[in-house]
Amino acid sequence: MLGAFNCSTAFADSVSDLDQYQLNMRKGVTDISAEVYDLHMLMFIICVVIAVGVFGAMFYSILFHRKSRGAKPANFHESVKVEIAWTVIPFIILIVMAIPAAKTLIAMEDASEPEVTVLVTGSQWKWHYKYMDNDVEFYSRMATQAGEISGKLDKGVNYLLEVDQPLVIPTDKRVRFLITSDDVIHSWWVPDFAIKQDANPGFINDAWAKVNEPGIYRGQCAELCGKDHGFMPVVVIAKEPAEYDKWIGERQAIQEQAKAEEQRLLAMNMSKEELMSNGQKIYNSACAACHMPNGEGLPAVFPALKGSDIALNDMAAHIDIVLNGKSGTAMAAFAKQLTMSELAAVITYERNAWGNDTGDLVQAKDINAALNGQ
Amino acid sequence: MSTVTDTIHHENDLHEHHAPPSGIKRWLYTTNHKDIGTLYLWFAFIMFLTGGAMAMVIRAELFQPGLQIVEPNFFNQMTTVHGLIMVFGAVMPAFTGLANWLVPMMIGAPDMALPRMNNWSFWILPFAFLILLSSLFMEGGGPAFGWTFYAPLSTTYSGDSTALFVFSVHIMGISSIMGAINVIVTIFNMRAPGMTWMKMPLFVWTWLITAFLLIAVMPVLAGAVTMVLTDKFFGTSFFDAAGGGDPVMFQHIFWFFGHPEVYIMILPAFGIISQIVPTFARKRLFGYASMVYATASIALLSFIVWAHHMFTTGMPVFAEMFFMLATMLISVPTGVKVFNWVATMWRGSMSFEVPMLFALAFIVLFTIGGLSGLMLAITPVDFQYHDTYFVVAHFHYVLVTGAIFSIMAAVYYWLPKWTGKMFDITLAKWHFWCSLISVNVLFFPMHFVGLAGMPRRIPDYALQFADFNKWISLGGFAFGLSQFIFLALLIKACRKQGDPVSDQVWEGAEGLEWEIPSPAPYHTFETPPVIK
Repeated sequence: MLGAFNCSTAFADSVSDLDQYQLNMRKGVTDISAEVYDLHMLMFIICVVIAVGVFGAMFYSILFHRKSRGAKPANFHESVKVEIAWTVIPFIILIVMAIPAAKTLIAMEDASEPEVTVLVTGSQWKWHYKYMDNDVEFYSRMATQAGEISGKLDKGVNYLLEVDQPLVIPTDKRVRFLITSDDVIHSWWVPDFAIKQDANPGFINDAWAKVNEPGIYRGQCAELCGKDHGFMPVVVIAKEPAEYDKWIGERQAIQEQAKAEEQRLLAMNMSKEELMSNGQKIYNSACAACHMPNGEGLPAVFPALKGSDIALNDMAAHIDIVLNGKSGTAMAAFAKQLTMSELAAVITYERNAWGNDTGDLVQAKDINAALNGQ
Repeated sequence: MSTVTDTIHHENDLHEHHAPPSGIKRWLYTTNHKDIGTLYLWFAFIMFLTGGAMAMVIRAELFQPGLQIVEPNFFNQMTTVHGLIMVFGAVMPAFTGLANWLVPMMIGAPDMALPRMNNWSFWILPFAFLILLSSLFMEGGGPAFGWTFYAPLSTTYSGDSTALFVFSVHIMGISSIMGAINVIVTIFNMRAPGMTWMKMPLFVWTWLITAFLLIAVMPVLAGAVTMVLTDKFFGTSFFDAAGGGDPVMFQHIFWFFGHPEVYIMILPAFGIISQIVPTFARKRLFGYASMVYATASIALLSFIVWAHHMFTTGMPVFAEMFFMLATMLISVPTGVKVFNWVATMWRGSMSFEVPMLFALAFIVLFTIGGLSGLMLAITPVDFQYHDTYFVVAHFHYVLVTGAIFSIMAAVYYWLPKWTGKMFDITLAKWHFWCSLISVNVLFFPMHFVGLAGMPRRIPDYALQFADFNKWISLGGFAFGLSQFIFLALLIKACRKQGDPVSDQVWEGAEGLEWEIPSPAPYHTFETPPVIK
């Protein structure tokens, strides 16, 4: 799991090819996105022609039929012929628009016969990707540092559009995305694929893409999903199929290694220093968005951990709420999001940081026991 | 029984009856349609400035990338309350105020049909907004889930202030429904003899249709907020899949209200423009009957297009196709309206007084908003536009340069009739030109950042959007400041400064309201006029 963090810097440094004064939609890198772009341009041109006609007639009147030029008002009104014309002609224009739109729509919505399937799960405020054909899954969080947002650090070129672990997909293959959510509604949007699909909790939507060009494609969550809605980027890397196969093989090996490592750590006791320093890292990436880096939360929105009853006293309850979440609130279940040693570290951190000096240490085996219902 | 005594009493003390109580009591107890109209209009203007102040906070935060001024949670409260205030506090009460002033005068009625209910429907509004605004000062802050309050963000994941939000929306809804009932009853029962349906001014027609839309959909909104309330506080699962509910069902219910709501905010505007353009073109409205039918068709179609707000929710292709086609169809009657206005101007004898300037700006800018709306109707492309600044640009073109410009046009058009004095024309022209230029600097570049990929409702954005956002914010500040010119003008007008005007006020103006004295007396048409 930790090994994967190393690759993040490479993406953060890649030069943004986005134009400061970009005026129009991008054509994207799939056949569908190109069709969508063409449809957009067709619609735009028709609208401009209509606007020029209507405004032309209006400004002609404004210029030439003005009282100050001595214009005398005509007396005509109501003409069945004219009125039929300006009802029927727009109707015909609409049909011209609707036919290509319907064709593209049907093609977009046909996600059958996928060659690769990825389950995309949104949660406040990160994406989870699970490859259905391989034993690979991971979370993808924004990699932009807090200092860049607050202005303490210079902003990188991909400010707010960079993640620690991007989704990797093969080019030239039909990739199907199954999209859902763990909490509120999110929306998974990659402009270059012309995919924007809501992630609804309890329901699964689908979308598909066959990417023509290898590259890095960036998008964002598009549906208001709470406090950090603006900080939930999507980054997808499309690799040539051979490279993709190599990558997914490596990822699978890394995850197997991590699982073995977790079993090994189960038997070990970590020192307080180790637990606290790991715990702080994990806390800042997984917990601080709501409970805040100082543990004080947001009054009446997200509870404080500093000085809280659970963090100071009832350790079993503390482990339980972190593992299983709290239903009816925004508190998510972290049992599947973090490894046992990470959970142990973060709970230890919460019980000893910011003056919560309980001195309690939680080890991976305690988490394992709690998970197994002991 | 009381009616009889009242009548006797009135006959004995006619002069006393005509003197309204003075001071605050006049406004608290008033059942006079003109007083209530004035209250609605001032309330709407105060809310316009309040919601505008929130927009200034939003634009200040978005002036440059990074978080400088507010926290994301407060930013979300600002976008939410800005939307709620502008829709329910500014645009809708302003139209109700205009209806109060104008509908009785236009149909030759002495007052609204239900004057006491009229008083009540106004006076509960300030409390609704006090509740909503006070929730911002609660621990944890006010509603932060967008004015569309999608579940489960507004249920499981919202703060305790949601209860106040729900309560205030209920009160707004009750107020709107009562206002709508009043308009309908007045128009059905109190038209002067000879004022047949097809002789009614278009403002009256559009408001009649709007009132029916209000009665049809405000209860749906009330249902939606009630379900949010019980899901959040009483353990129901209307919108929670874990309990057998469906979060997307919330959106269907909300937009079944929400789309007709959009037309509630624009149909009266069509009415206003249809009154103003013939006056200053000195030519009859080209197609009166087709305008009435177009308004009615728009209203009917508004009930079958709601899911075009939801193309990305994962509807079946068939449903997407249906809502795309139904939505496109709306552009036909809307086009008929625009063509009618242009045909009315064609070979007229036009002059460009301030109401006409706002009306012309309305026609051009509303049409731009309408055309981008047509683009948004095309489902496959909507996947790219949806929830970006392109949508923000679209609905601000139809609501700010559409609805709000029409309200301003209406105020300038009828203000001299209300006060008996011409407003300060120099200030009015400054207000118009400053607003026109700044509003386009504000909203036009939003199309570009939206197409380039900037999502809406974000407190911070990628660096590529920085330059346009700076311009958008500058336009926003300028538009905000321009409204103080309007405020100054309105204060002068209420102090009755300015040159006296004739009864007709504008050379080409026609209609009953231009036949009564200026300023309009406190009671008009106590004996109904006879319409030829």
